Amino acid sequence: MSAQAARAAAPASKEVQHVRMSYLDAIVQAQIEEMERDDRVIMMGEDIAIYGGGKIVERFDANRVWAMPISEGSFTGVGIGAAITGLRPIVDLNIASFVYLASDQIINQAAKLRYMTGGQVQVPVVFRVCMYYGASIAAQHSDRPYSLFLNVPGLKIISPTSPADAKGLLKSAIRDDDPVLFFEDTKLWATKGDVPTDPDALVPIGVADIKRAGTDATVVAISGAMRPTLEAARTLEKDGISIEVVDPRTLKPLDLGTILRSVQKTGRLVIVENAHRIASMSSEIAAAVAEEGLHMLKKPVIRLTAPDVHVPFSPVLEATLFPDAQQIVTAVKKLL
Amino acid sequence: VSLDESQSREAYRRMMRIRKFEEEGSRLYTAGRIPGAYHASIGEEAAIVGACMALRNEDAMTGTHRSHGHPIGKGADLKGLMAELMGKATGICKGRGGSMHLADNSVGIIGESAIVGGGIPLATGCGLSAKVRRTDQVALCFFGDGAVNQGTFHESLNMASLWKLPVIYLCENNGYAITTSVARSHGQPSIALRAEGYGMPGVCVDGQILQDVYEAVEAAVNRARRGEGPTLIEARTYRFDEHQVGLFIEKNPYRSNDEVTLHRTTRDPIALFRKVLLERGVKESEITALEESVVAEVAEAIQFAEQSPLPDPAGLYDFLYSNPIVEAAR
Repeated sequence: MSAQAARAAAPASKEVQHVRMSYLDAIVQAQIEEMERDDRVIMMGEDIAIYGGGKIVERFDANRVWAMPISEGSFTGVGIGAAITGLRPIVDLNIASFVYLASDQIINQAAKLRYMTGGQVQVPVVFRVCMYYGASIAAQHSDRPYSLFLNVPGLKIISPTSPADAKGLLKSAIRDDDPVLFFEDTKLWATKGDVPTDPDALVPIGVADIKRAGTDATVVAISGAMRPTLEAARTLEKDGISIEVVDPRTLKPLDLGTILRSVQKTGRLVIVENAHRIASMSSEIAAAVAEEGLHMLKKPVIRLTAPDVHVPFSPVLEATLFPDAQQIVTAVKKLL
Repeated sequence: VSLDESQSREAYRRMMRIRKFEEEGSRLYTAGRIPGAYHASIGEEAAIVGACMALRNEDAMTGTHRSHGHPIGKGADLKGLMAELMGKATGICKGRGGSMHLADNSVGIIGESAIVGGGIPLATGCGLSAKVRRTDQVALCFFGDGAVNQGTFHESLNMASLWKLPVIYLCENNGYAITTSVARSHGQPSIALRAEGYGMPGVCVDGQILQDVYEAVEAAVNRARRGEGPTLIEARTYRFDEHQVGLFIEKNPYRSNDEVTLHRTTRDPIALFRKVLLERGVKESEITALEESVVAEVAEAIQFAEQSPLPDPAGLYDFLYSNPIVEAAR
């Protein structure tokens, strides 16, 4: 049953209704609902009829869904200009490595224009950036580049890990008056979960979530690293070790408070992500915890990341690149 | 269609406002009362005002690092602009933009981009927005001859043509991208000719002749409002001052002093239009009175700017986000 049908069939009740769907379907559903709710929401991107976008193309006319020529460096700016003049575009940049072409417009225009004009304009635009990797598509199609944008003031960056969060955060992003980068980890696209059917159920930007409560160590898992982290949590549980899994959900602005409260409780911190190690989200969290919570730590922080090397093509080379459940188990045990 | 008499006076007034604002601004900059860099629009007034006169207040506009002329040409108040140059709290951009970014949204400007070519996609997006919202607004995009060689020019003009967006691409071709001439940077010298490759009209006008610029832009605006799509207009103009006030380029290797003098003395757009007004029967005394009122307006703007407070450093983060995240969780 589709979310729409589920909602229509649901009895009027104040109880939150849920429907089970995939992460990718949740993203598509969020866009459909927001486009139905608000005429100003439009969608732009290359080949947008694929990867679930077909449902959107079928439902809305060409004035709402714009198929782009291969011009990331400029259609990104077209979205920004449209956002400033009354629309709320969702700019689908498709494969994450393409965001570099678009980065001048994202950084020099979207992120800065509100500030540089003293608040005269606002830039309500969402950039969808899909991170593919682990699929033998080599370095130019396999990046996880959110870390680069963490260093840009004026942006908001989300990277949810569950279908419910994907839907709720994307809806918040579309309704937000500032530019939001949505880094989707395609490793999570197939993840199923219960998603609220209420079209106004939002997940706020800037608030982390405890995906699993625990007492012995805190594991902050970013984006696609959530899957092996939850697997590691189940393995550790069998050994009588309880980890608390924190999902930042929003990478910028980071909800450091939730992380610190967890570290206060456990005294141990592992950070797991699939981006490269240097100046990563893990680096930032480790630094912030060192500054504000060093006294809470019983052991040094461990970062598990992709190494500082490009994603190779050959499966045998790529297989070792990203932290897996076993590495997370080992890291946690090392801290105990 | 030509400018009528009252529009002609208004056009002259706007050109004079740019000229006097820039002269005084340059003086204040040299005196150390304006921080940063100062790029004056002197010499390019007809290209700017001729274009702006064809627009409505609500039409969108984007500009460049040489940003002062654009809001003035579109009719902005001078006080907030001068205060911005001085980095004051009352500046149009609250002291966050400065000389290269004098964007006044109350007259439709959404940004003045100091990244060359950066405004071209934005203006194209304004055009797309107007089309989606089914208004008859148009967007006008100012950029220089240097920006034509950026990828954004190519990509944006292709999209505007593809979807028949209501955009006027107005190239202020002053002949030089800082010191690099069109001859040394363009494979073929006609910027207007490039339009043909995108399937849109390309028009080249004398950017020192106000009426010519106006007529070309007016035709392009009408075409855009009718839903017939974009136009590329190359206005051949000239920058009288150095790229940046106070910039000293040894031996002036890229343009001769004679060339500059020739333009200043025979191709001054304001002098040329003043002559037209006199020929049309506007009295010398009327023109003088108009000029004096502009001088007074600029003086008033300077006084306002100088008396205005500086921004409070405690408000450094103001305007960064529209809805700052409350750090409740911390």
